[in-house]
Formats: sequence, structure tokens, C-alpha cells
Amino acid sequence: MRYVEEFRDPKAAKGVLAAIARVACEIGATREEPVRIMEICGGHTHAIFRYGLDKLVHEGIEFIHGPGCPVCVLPMSRVDECVEIAERPGVIFTTFGDAMRVPGSRKSLMQAKADGCDIRMVYSPLDALELARRNPDREVVFFGLGFETTTPSTALTIQQAARERIGNFTVFCNHITVPPPIKALLDDPHMKLDGFVGPGHVSMVIGIHPYDFIARDYGKPIVVAGFEPLDLLQSVLMVLEQIRDGRAEVENQYARVVPEHGNPVSLAAIAEVYEERPSFEWRGLGEIDASGLRIREAYRAYDAEAKFGIGYAVVRAKVDEPEGCACGAVMTGRIKPTACPQFGRGCTPDMPLGALMVSSEGACAAYWTYGGARVASETEPAE
Amino acid sequence: MCLGIPGQIVEITDEARLMAMADVSGVQREVSLAPVSDRPLADLVGEWVLIHVGFAMAVIDEHEAAETLEALRGLGEAQEALEAMEQGARAFDEPVRENAQ
Amino acid sequence: MNMPSKPSRLRGERVTLAHGGGGRAMRDLIEEVFTGVFRPESGEDQARLSSDALQVPGARLAFTTDSYVVTPVEFPGGDIGKLAVCGTVNDLAVGGAQPLWLSASFIIEEGCEIALLHRIVASMAREAEAAGVKIVTGDTKVVEKGSCDTVFITTSGVGVIPPGRDLGAVHIRPGDVAIVNGVLGDHGATILAARGDLALSAPLQSDCQALGHLMAAVAGACPNLRAARDATRGGLASALNEMAEAANVSVELDEASLPLRPEVKGMCEILGLDPLYLANEGALVLFVPEAEADAALATMRALPSGRAAVIVGRATERGSVPVRMTSAFGGTRIVDMLVGEQLPRIC
Repeated sequence: MRYVEEFRDPKAAKGVLAAIARVACEIGATREEPVRIMEICGGHTHAIFRYGLDKLVHEGIEFIHGPGCPVCVLPMSRVDECVEIAERPGVIFTTFGDAMRVPGSRKSLMQAKADGCDIRMVYSPLDALELARRNPDREVVFFGLGFETTTPSTALTIQQAARERIGNFTVFCNHITVPPPIKALLDDPHMKLDGFVGPGHVSMVIGIHPYDFIARDYGKPIVVAGFEPLDLLQSVLMVLEQIRDGRAEVENQYARVVPEHGNPVSLAAIAEVYEERPSFEWRGLGEIDASGLRIREAYRAYDAEAKFGIGYAVVRAKVDEPEGCACGAVMTGRIKPTACPQFGRGCTPDMPLGALMVSSEGACAAYWTYGGARVASETEPAE
Repeated sequence: MCLGIPGQIVEITDEARLMAMADVSGVQREVSLAPVSDRPLADLVGEWVLIHVGFAMAVIDEHEAAETLEALRGLGEAQEALEAMEQGARAFDEPVRENAQ
Repeated sequence: MNMPSKPSRLRGERVTLAHGGGGRAMRDLIEEVFTGVFRPESGEDQARLSSDALQVPGARLAFTTDSYVVTPVEFPGGDIGKLAVCGTVNDLAVGGAQPLWLSASFIIEEGCEIALLHRIVASMAREAEAAGVKIVTGDTKVVEKGSCDTVFITTSGVGVIPPGRDLGAVHIRPGDVAIVNGVLGDHGATILAARGDLALSAPLQSDCQALGHLMAAVAGACPNLRAARDATRGGLASALNEMAEAANVSVELDEASLPLRPEVKGMCEILGLDPLYLANEGALVLFVPEAEADAALATMRALPSGRAAVIVGRATERGSVPVRMTSAFGGTRIVDMLVGEQLPRIC
């Protein structure tokens, strides 16, 4: 088994799609009054568009694209701070490729690189640490970005740096956590959601119990899902079955990867290196309590905020989102990307206004690239 | 968020640093086994892991994967049987049309 | 191989600014490294080309130019010299021209190893001979360290289009089939791995190859061959988008038919890239009427550069988007032009 192709089997897909249609009919879901399911994770958004799942499922299912794309929820002020660090003499600023094109209020990292900053894309924080080993006279900063899936990797890298006493390596920590924004969404009175597809790779770290409040306190079904198309379809089916049966539970479709209680080594590393910030700013969602992490005092030597005097530790100028940008409303599912007045006009992948158009996981870029918007208007050829 | 892909651990490359070579469809990359190091490293050779940003984040449970696939295939087969039955019923009900495509 | 047989007059192992200064050192570099191998017929400042091929009424000249920069300059399956010859030969060939003559211009970074230049030039001579073209004129410049990356090469090419042949994307009609000559993405994936900064290794080679003979054979076998493009930067996706726009048709791709090596797929999965946008240096896509598809496939498969030729899609009446792909899973998606280059991603 290779754990990929098996979960892309078209024959099985037909069966799941038929089962979805049956249950959708049983619960009376229609195009006019659809069941609204939020896929929290941007990776799921990407897969839905890449495989055209939104067009394959019964018309009574509507996907609402959640806030689970770390690049999309990154406020402009944080990109500005990245640029500020990168502009310091002697700094090698390292980042995942995802963050390169995100617009800051002055410039993106891509533009900063063109202006002469030493900015390098890496595949792993371990590669950034290796750069620090090889360039002892330079200051190597890694842009720590992402949810609980990615947080252990930077925590473990910081621990490794500490073990080796590497003095020229720091992390600019922007790690965020999944449950608080979900709670914020559920508390929003405008939000109408019937259930969730939960983030599989976050859950392989934190387990499935951090979502208990969704079922228990808000009465919504949630199914933790894998990333292959069959995983997603099966999870949608499981959400629908919960709705039909009047259940609200946390279920795990992705049990091959997600242990009930998560990954103990990763959780321990996170707990040792990081602590909660009182609150953290999310693009489009505003400040959310206890939704971000910072580096603990014990690892201060590896904290770029401390070393460069930048970030949440210092008083920050508020950077406003660009005018007319409706990323917030899209991200909370209040409007579809195409309903944003800037979509395809002031905001395209060539000249992104908001972050949702930058990241391939952003709902707007996915709509644009994979044609949610443009294909919808087209008459499908008769089969 | 969080691109993660299955890969197979082929050998331990640096036991002290918990590093191993992983293979993804013939592409090799050194990954850290730290997140799954709560079991003996040697036992991990040959195992499939879920790789994210150069870390083996989870050991893939073959038994669970097989169960999920079985359920999925069951739905596929049930649908095929249903379609075959419907087709049979139609053939029985309706007179055969000529020039059917 | 045409390596210099007499003792070298070049001092040291690396190119210095003196080698670009117009004096004896420059002459020695040019003679030993370049003209000694390329052996241009004219010793003057310009190549003198026979116009015999143009005497046939209706024959036309094809003329193209391209610059080559690649890091690293040597990679599995080729080097910058091979790239510079094949790329320009292919630009002529996909237009239906028989490639005849090339120019080669080198911008060399101070400090570049002379042995590396020897290897690059030998590789160019080998490729040119195999492709049936002559490198007839050239130039060298040496720039200060940091002003370029080891070596940049610009090649221009001249070829002749036989009378009556007029390939162009504007001729593509709905119903025509799209055929590629071989596996896709090998070059892009090879370069990604060869750069080393992603620490990925894969048993891959660049597909860098000249396609002149392949194009000549297909054009002979398919009287109604519409158009061909080499799918270089931006990959198959970009080539098809350009062709569909020019022809005012849409192209429907079949994902399951795309020839991709498992390693290229694996690399794309790891880095979150789409193989449709990976660069190729020896892959082309061509359109023929459906009636000539079998002839095209048979002709291509008989040649080493077309052994894996396969139909990947077809042209349809113009829809709302230029290129769309149906996945094996049954869903469809747009295959758009890229905005910039593809970046590795983790989300």
C-alpha cells in the first residue's frame, strides 16, 4: 500500500457520491437550502478544487471554506516585521515558499529579496538550522509559520539548536492554533454552519479531543478527515449521517494517521518551547484570545522577537487591511469569493490585494485557479 | 494547510540526531524521526510515515488504512450492484429501443 | 573529441578578466576553447552562409534567438551548452524549419574553470553534430565575479522552412488531438533536485534533447500537422494556454493520460508543485487532425525522442477557459497560466 492512489479510486468514489446523494435527499438538502459544511483546513479547500469535488457532490451540499490557511490569516503587520528583520545587516531570512508573495504594507518578501535582502526559501526548519551551522558569522532567522501540524517542527528544531548551542539561529514565531478561531466562528451570530470537516494533519498532532466542545457545546458534527479525495467524500458522508441521525460527535475518518490522543512527543516539544500569547491578530478575524504561541523565556536566545526587538513584544503600529478587501467576510463564510467587489478586478493572483488571493490554499486563489468562478458560468457539455 | 505526504523509511542515517532517509515515489530526502521516536528507531525502518516539512509526524497505521478502504470499496460495490439492478429492472420494464446509443 | 592537441597556451585553470581584454590571452582562450572545437569555416568576423536551400521557390528562412541561464550549469542529463544548442534547434524545429546554423555567445564570469568551458563546448559540438546544425559564429565576454553566474550562453539559429509548410497555432481546429512526445517535467524536477538546497535526491535526468529529426519525421507523415510548441518554461500548461488562445479554441486535457514518472510525481507531492508547470527541455506538444493521429504516434514512437508519445487531450470549440483538465476522478478543473514561478509550499 502506498496510501495515495488507493484513496483516489474512481469506482469507490461513485459509491460514496451516491451515498452522499441518498443521505442528502433523506435530510432534505437542496440547492436552495443546502447543508453547509465548513472544511476548516486550507489543504482540504485545495483538494476540493483540485479534484472538482464541489461539482461532483450532490447539489444540496455547500462547502464553506474555513480559516485554516496560515498564510491567509497572516496580518500585514507580521509580513512587515519579516521584511524589517530581513533588512537587518548580516541576516539570512529563511521561510517556506508559501509566505514569499504575501503582500505587506510596504512590500512582500519576494520584493524585499529583489531589493537585496538575503531571503531564502527552505523546505524544512532543519534546513534553516543547517544554514546557521554553515554560516556562523551570519544571523539566520526562520519564519515560524503555521498551525499545530508545523509547530512541532520548529519546536524540535529550536531544541536541537539549543542542544548544539548554536548561537546564530532564531525563530520568528507566528504559530497559531486551530480551536480558538473555530470557537470564534461558532460564536458569530451570522454564521450558519451545519457541520465541520476537521483538519487531519493538525489532528495527528493534537488528537481529536480538542474539538469536543464543537459537538458538546454547539451541537455540531465534526469529522476529522484525510486529504485524498475519497477521504474528503467519506467525511462529508459521515457528517451528513450524523445530521440525519440527530447526532453531534467528533468522528475520525483519518484513523490511519490521526491517533485519538495525538502525538505525545510533538505535544511535549510544543509545551516545552512555546506558551500561549494572551491574544493574536488574525487577518480578517481580528484579535482572538489565546490563539497564538510565543517562545518561552527558557528559549529566549532562539526568539527573533527578543533578539531584534520586533513583534508582539513591542508596541506595534496598527496596519489597516487594504481598502475594499473582503478577505474577512470570505474567510468567515459570510460571502463567496466571487461576491467580493475586488475579486478578479482589483485583486487577482498577478496583483493580489488580500492574502486569500496569494496562497494556493486561499479560497479566492482556489476559485480563480481551479475555476469555481469561471466554470460556473459555463454550460457543461451534455454527457 | 499542512501538506503532508506518505513516505517509507529506508534507513537510519544519524541515530544521535534521529535522522533517517525516507523515500517518496523514488525521491529521497533525509527526515527527522523525532516526533515518532517514542519507539525504537530500528523498528521504524520499512514503516510508512506521514512527512511534513522534513519531519516524520506519524507512523501510518496499515490496519486502519485497510479498514477505511474496505468501507469505501464496500460503498463502491454496493453502488455497482444497485446500478446493475436498476439496469436490469429497466431492461425488464421497457421495450428495447432501436438505435439506442 | 576535438580537444587541443598541442600544449595549452592558457595560463592557470580559471578565466580571468585578461581573457576578455582583447589581447593575446583572449585570442588564446577563443582559439583553444571555442574555435578549435567548433571550427567555423570563416575566419572573418561574420559567418558566410550558402543560400542554396532558399533557391527552392516558396522556401522561407526561420530565425530565432534565446538566452540560457541555469543553476547548476552541469546537471544530470545535460549542461548549459547542450541546453543552448537543443533549445534553439527546437525553437526552429517546432516551426517546421530544418535547423541549419547557430551562433553562440558566451558571457563568462571571472573565475570560471577553463575545464568546465571545455566540457560545455564539447557538449555543444556533440549536440550540434547530432542535430545536423553548424555553430558558425560566436562571441565571448568576460565579466567581473558576481556580474553573472558562471556562464550565460545566447544562441541564435537559422533554419529553412520548405515550401508549402505553414505550422502555427492559428491552424488548430476543434477536434484536433494534442500529442506529447514523452514524459513531462523531468527537466524541472532534475534541476530542483540538482540545486541541492532542498536536499532531495532522485534518479532523474533532464529530458534535454534536440527535436529536429522528430519534427521532420512527423511533418513528413502528417500533411495536415497544425502546430507544435516545445513545452519549456511554464511547462505543458503554459504552452497549451498560449496555443489555445492563439487558435481561439479550448483544450480538454485528460489527467490520466499525462506521461509522468513516479519520481516527478513524488517530487511534486513533496513540494506541493504541479507537474504541468514544470519545465521541459526536450518535450513538445503538437496538434494534428484526428485522422492523422495514428500516423503521428507511429512516426514519433519509432524515434528515440518520441518513444513515449501519447495523446493527452483534444481541441474543442472555444469555451469559457482556454485549458481544462478532467481528472481520473471525474472532476474537472481549469489549467491556467502561472502568475510567476511555482514556489515550493508547505500548505
